Amino acid sequence: MTAASALLQYVISGATVGSTYGLAALGFTVIYNTTEIINFAQGEFVMLGGMLAVFALRWGGVPLPLAVPLAVLIVTAVGVLVNRLTIRPVQGRSPLTMIIITIGVSILLRGGAMLIFGKDTFSLPAFSQGGPIDLGGATLLPQSLWVFGITLLTVLGMKFFFDRTLTGKAMLACACDRKAASLMGIHVDSMVTLSFAFSALVGALGGVILAPITLTAYDVGILLGVKGFAACILGGLGNPFGAVVGGILLGILESLGAGLVSSGYKDAVAFIIMLALLFWRPSGLFGSARAERV
Amino acid sequence: MSGQAHKEMYFHGDGISLRFGGVTALSGVGFHVRRNSLQAIIGPNGAGKTSLFNVITGFYRMDEGEIHLDGSRISGLAPHVVSRHGIVRTFQNLEIFTNMTVLENVLTGSHLLAGYGPLDFFLRTRRFFREERELRERAEGCLDFVGLSAHRDLPAGQLPFGSQRLLEIARALAAEPRVLLLDEPAAGLNMKETSALGGLIRRIVDRGITVVMVEHDMDLVMRISDRVLVLNYGEVIAGGTPAEVQKDPAVVAAYLGEE
Amino acid sequence: MDGHNAGLLAFAAAAAVVPFLLPNDYYLTVLIVSGLYTILAVGLNLLMGYAGQASLGHAAFYGLSAYTTGILTGTHGWPVWAGIAAGLALSTAVAYLIAVPTLKLRGNYLAMGTLGFGIIVYIVFNEATELTGGPSGLTGIPKLNVAGKVFSSDREYYYVVWGAAILLFLLAQNLVRSRMGRALRAIHTSETAASVLGVDTQRYKIFVFVLSAFYAAVGGALYAHYVTFVSPSTFSFGTSVLLVTMVVLGGMASLWGAVLGALFLTFLPEWLRAIENFDILVYGAILIACMMFLPGGLAEGAERLWGAAASLLRRAGAAGRPAGGGSAG
Repeated sequence: MTAASALLQYVISGATVGSTYGLAALGFTVIYNTTEIINFAQGEFVMLGGMLAVFALRWGGVPLPLAVPLAVLIVTAVGVLVNRLTIRPVQGRSPLTMIIITIGVSILLRGGAMLIFGKDTFSLPAFSQGGPIDLGGATLLPQSLWVFGITLLTVLGMKFFFDRTLTGKAMLACACDRKAASLMGIHVDSMVTLSFAFSALVGALGGVILAPITLTAYDVGILLGVKGFAACILGGLGNPFGAVVGGILLGILESLGAGLVSSGYKDAVAFIIMLALLFWRPSGLFGSARAERV
Repeated sequence: MSGQAHKEMYFHGDGISLRFGGVTALSGVGFHVRRNSLQAIIGPNGAGKTSLFNVITGFYRMDEGEIHLDGSRISGLAPHVVSRHGIVRTFQNLEIFTNMTVLENVLTGSHLLAGYGPLDFFLRTRRFFREERELRERAEGCLDFVGLSAHRDLPAGQLPFGSQRLLEIARALAAEPRVLLLDEPAAGLNMKETSALGGLIRRIVDRGITVVMVEHDMDLVMRISDRVLVLNYGEVIAGGTPAEVQKDPAVVAAYLGEE
Repeated sequence: MDGHNAGLLAFAAAAAVVPFLLPNDYYLTVLIVSGLYTILAVGLNLLMGYAGQASLGHAAFYGLSAYTTGILTGTHGWPVWAGIAAGLALSTAVAYLIAVPTLKLRGNYLAMGTLGFGIIVYIVFNEATELTGGPSGLTGIPKLNVAGKVFSSDREYYYVVWGAAILLFLLAQNLVRSRMGRALRAIHTSETAASVLGVDTQRYKIFVFVLSAFYAAVGGALYAHYVTFVSPSTFSFGTSVLLVTMVVLGGMASLWGAVLGALFLTFLPEWLRAIENFDILVYGAILIACMMFLPGGLAEGAERLWGAAASLLRRAGAAGRPAGGGSAG
């Protein structure tokens, strides 16, 4: 393998994992935009997506093409439930209070997954058959194509939703100013519910597409949550596009760190570069540097 | 330099320009405030009044110009250094410390007037107790001055809006400023409160403090100010006593143009 | 002496007699651990609760000090006091170097910056195997000894840890009730207004960040010489999150809240051990319920309880008074 093809290989595998970070980051962004909450349970949505698909397939005997959407759907329902039971009853409290509540939720979801699924590591079969594709010396797994395709479709769908639909525009309005939005007749409660549903959905999607590549277990949510949070901060908190780009960038940095430095230090390399980027641009790469209004 | 001229030169800015990208917020603005007087700054919305305050207090870095107070240059300094020179301001959108009591807010105003350091407060030295007692007496005096003594132990966020305005003034006074900048002190107040505020501001000037006030309430401005400066589109269009300014055709045109 | 110090004195007296009332030594261990967490939570509350600056990486300072003294005393045979001094010095020095660029970040960006730092340090603990022993940890750290006196029993160590906790609490309380404490709370609500009043906000933020790292470092050094073994998992992201939870659950800007939060979240998992397997679920549920029903944290909850009890007592006293008053008159 030449140096160039090795580099290409790192970028491909980094972007694959990074797509899931990006989808998790998208979930963070959407909830943050309507509520100012950093949802610590976001990583658990990602974990549940992968785990539920595995178990629908194994226990339920549901065929893969059905197991995947089923898992995503169930996690979406979990997201709605989380909002109904824990966030909506205390709305109006400080974001910090709600953030700690989401920490509790993540402990619950992780604990529940451990009880139901056990502590083993599982894998999901790839979405399609076929061997790796040769790409100028680097190999591309067919599953990576699925990952890129689904991520791209999600981003396009999201862009359409926010730009073209009334509900999407209403959600953006909530993000700008909740009070003004509610005065304009937008039902903020439903927007928050919708944002939890949406976050859970994209999170689960990220988990389910990655599971065939990286394996999954009840406790993968912590690290995926951290990476998702890092990605949306890197992209500029509140910017959905920045979140996805931040995720892919983080994945590539990590993969380069593993390949060029050492696999043990791959996260350290990614985070050091991320900190450097943050010191350089304190509002993220695509965040608006808001002028302090006095 | 004669005494009169020196008094003229007490607090002054010259050729102040401020641009945000392509937009010019202030263009060649100059002002002269006499020691121990009340200078009002008026102008239509977007004239650059609050921008000027932000430049003076170091929140915005001006592109050109200089500001001096009593002979020393204060332009280009960070906000907390500007306040060390004795310039303290209030805010149009209140910036009350809602996580403290009314008294604690005012005590925070005297931050620079106590000199004790970590060793003093960690070990509770005699200096700590002496200076804290002095701060407390000063703070109570300031609360008394604005008429909020009765509410001193209330959480500041629970004060009615009008009282919060007074609290900001008390907090600024506790810093014993040489120059006090008031940013729309009457905004949101009713007529009775505004009238009381006018009296209060005059009494602040009587205490020997130089006051610069941005204000929209023309009655209040004309009634209590010594001199008035008029800004429009980031430029000075007139200046003088209230009577002179009121007659100035440029001012009349600017205000009529706004209607 | 005022009310604040009287409260602390009463607490210290209670802490002094508790070991004699315990049914077994197991609780002593839990109390020592909660004492360590109290030190960490009080320090973090100065930073988060008072100054309003988040840190999701405090476990790093806890760990840096524990590893430094562990390596120097265990591997290189330094005297314990020198190891601890080096641990505190290194941890606070690193905190200062990190604080200068990181505290320019705000809100969630600051949380991310500190989180990233914590993860980097955690990875180093895992990967620098020759120095740290890697994932399996570092053994052979000596017990605490001062001038020839070895603190080997749990009971002795209990007094060391809680003595340090109470002393550090007193210092924190003195800070909070000073012009610096007011300046920190001012920074929390409005950095703009604070700077107009002459507060050098960046300097104060750095000071309190380094101070809270020092508290974490004291906890780390005491931990290393108590357990005599350190491994990376003690200083993971999960620990940083636990510390933040202690501060918020206990009550932001309340030092007693930090104590309550540390005690509660150390004891809760121990109590829940009885319902093995389901303990984690109940733990999560209790955490959620506490945050939902006690908006001001445990400190405010305790205060309300105290108020209710006091008014009940008063009422009982008032009901009893006519008879009592008659006999006294």
